[in-house]
Amino acid sequence: MKKNQMLFKMLSIVCLLSLLAACGPAATEAPAATDAPAATDAPAATEAPVVEPVTLSLLGPANENDMLMVKALTDAYTALHPNVTFNIEVAASGGSEVDNLVKTRLATGEMNDIFYYNSGALLQALHPSDTLLDLSKEPFIDNIAESFIPTVSQNGGTFGVPVGFASGGGILYNKKIYEQLGLSIPKTWDEFAANNEAIKAAGIPPVLQTFGDTWTAQLFVLADNYNVAQTDPNFAEDYTNNKAKYSDSPETMAGFDHLREGFEKGWYQPDFETTLFPQGMELIANGKVAHWAMGTFVMPAIASNYPDKVNDLGYFGMPGADASKAGTTLWMPLAFYAPKTTEHADAVKDFFAFVSSTDGVDAINAKVLPSGPYLIKGSSLPDDVAPFVNDLNAYIESGKAYPALEFLSPIKGPNLEQICVSVGTGQMTTAEAAAAYDEDVKKQAQQLGLPGWDN
Amino acid sequence: MENQPRAISVLRSYPYWFYLPAGFLFVVFFLIPTAMSFYYSLTRWSLFDATFIGLDNYKAFLEDSQLKLAFRNTIIYAFLTSGLKVIIGLPLAMLLTSRIKLPGLYRSLIYFPVLVSTVAVGITFYALMQPSTGLINVTLGALGVSRINWLGDPKLALYSVIIVDIWKGVGIAMVLFMAGIQSIPLEYFDAARLEGGAWVKFRHVILPLSRNTTFTVILLSFIGGLRTFDLIWAMTGGGPGFASDVLTSVIFKQYQAGFYGLSTAGNVIMFVLVTIIAYPLMRFFNRMEIEL
Repeated sequence: MKKNQMLFKMLSIVCLLSLLAACGPAATEAPAATDAPAATDAPAATEAPVVEPVTLSLLGPANENDMLMVKALTDAYTALHPNVTFNIEVAASGGSEVDNLVKTRLATGEMNDIFYYNSGALLQALHPSDTLLDLSKEPFIDNIAESFIPTVSQNGGTFGVPVGFASGGGILYNKKIYEQLGLSIPKTWDEFAANNEAIKAAGIPPVLQTFGDTWTAQLFVLADNYNVAQTDPNFAEDYTNNKAKYSDSPETMAGFDHLREGFEKGWYQPDFETTLFPQGMELIANGKVAHWAMGTFVMPAIASNYPDKVNDLGYFGMPGADASKAGTTLWMPLAFYAPKTTEHADAVKDFFAFVSSTDGVDAINAKVLPSGPYLIKGSSLPDDVAPFVNDLNAYIESGKAYPALEFLSPIKGPNLEQICVSVGTGQMTTAEAAAAYDEDVKKQAQQLGLPGWDN
Repeated sequence: MENQPRAISVLRSYPYWFYLPAGFLFVVFFLIPTAMSFYYSLTRWSLFDATFIGLDNYKAFLEDSQLKLAFRNTIIYAFLTSGLKVIIGLPLAMLLTSRIKLPGLYRSLIYFPVLVSTVAVGITFYALMQPSTGLINVTLGALGVSRINWLGDPKLALYSVIIVDIWKGVGIAMVLFMAGIQSIPLEYFDAARLEGGAWVKFRHVILPLSRNTTFTVILLSFIGGLRTFDLIWAMTGGGPGFASDVLTSVIFKQYQAGFYGLSTAGNVIMFVLVTIIAYPLMRFFNRMEIEL
């Protein structure tokens, strides 16, 4: 009996200890052995006196287009600094699953040294001033375009460096179909609708929807922000302060209305309810559909899958009501951030300095299809860019571009994807969808604790 | 029952602190988190900080415009899956306990889906149920059946998931029924053989005497149906739009959105709801149980 008691006590203690260990912060991940260079590398030793091998863990994007840029940057940096290697972890999937993962890791102090995440409204929900490494005092912040800084800032701190280029959100279209049918670029929604009918009459589905990946459904609404701002320049501010709603006017509801119209008029391709994003890239690149409400940020992925089709694709902004004002909504690039808990703050900052330099831009341009203006001062695009980039730049140069709402307001309702699918499959009316989204926005604003939203 | 006194003395020789390790784990991993979740359901919680807001989360959860549909879907799902698993599982069990060739093979084939990961099943069926290119519609098309939009039609999506759930879960029901049938004393079957044919055997022997098993199957799959999540999430994500949302997927989406307090309140509501529905059902079944 005595012996048994001893054994039991010991077991309990072991059990307790292992529990405590499990609660502590996770041990640093083992460095990736694959391409870690030998510590005795000669060139590194001459450049800097202390070169300890460092492995930075990086939570990368789930989607292919963005991963191309992340890889281009990390590979180029490791080539310059062989002592630094990256252990890139791929987020399981996109959209709200990533939001969830990032929030949980930050709250439990288990975030990777670097992570890749949206700028704008989604960043605000991470409580960046409590959780992220403040970069506002770093010299490399001066290299970043002023227009980008507010989208990665909170309470006077700046937390991110831009990865890649600004994009247009509007309509990608297949130029070959336009040539075949003798169509011209629509400047208003009515012209767009007329084009769609002509394309449909020719036996081609005019509009691509990839509702199987629900995030893609939002573009008709989000990319309409340029048009909303043309009729109500104060919308973003009033919306943030609970003084304007989507259900207020036909102009603000237009995005939902367009989704519904496309459904009613049969513009969407067969199987659109379950078509996935990668299938969408195949359909638009090969001219099996004519239009896709999408961001130009998908073009590098299309280019790497269908390199000979890139020149077949053009771009125009989301058509609105007034032809003289036709323009585009702009998306800021996503950014790299570091959590306060990183043990390699200096190494991370040095990498961020590289990302915010023209060398970083060159590294991306060398590996990824140049797709839009970079947010790094002194950087430029090559002369021979693909046609869609010229289409986008024409809007920017003539001042007919305006940021998406998520870069002007901290509030983005989490259910917009499902609401857009509902209205785009005919399950909700335009007014119901707008009202449902207003409710969703209210919940998010209350969760963020914004003033003016207490019931 | 001559070994009963010995059993009690064996029980007594184990002191209460033998419960300690299990009890400790139960308290740390179940009781404390449960109590905490009741508290957090009363707060606006961002994982970083929590503000006490009283019952606002419960109000917001119950006012959600999609909740009614999700609740309806949950009941339909639980009802249909548990009912059909009985209706399909019992005949299968009867067939496979009777004298047929290769019973082991058929049992394995029907039980096999139970062993496969639910998410893997969901992803596989997402591909199989594609309206134009999926194997199911291609096969049906060859037989002259017109295109069925299994997961894309908002009216059909929930039922498509239910079909897959039954395919995946009927193996368990079948195994339970087989055990139930095999525990019926053979004398009853002999009597049935004298009285008449297969119908008598089914109606007056198997059906009444496997009542306990039937209740077990219904109760298990009904509670399972109320709490179902993984298959729906893998196949439709609650969509198209909100068409196949169930309580768990609504709660999960709120959690994903970062509404941690709200989703915790939803979990508490679901806990209460499952108890309210399942407990009386269990009491009723217990009263109706029979002695073999």
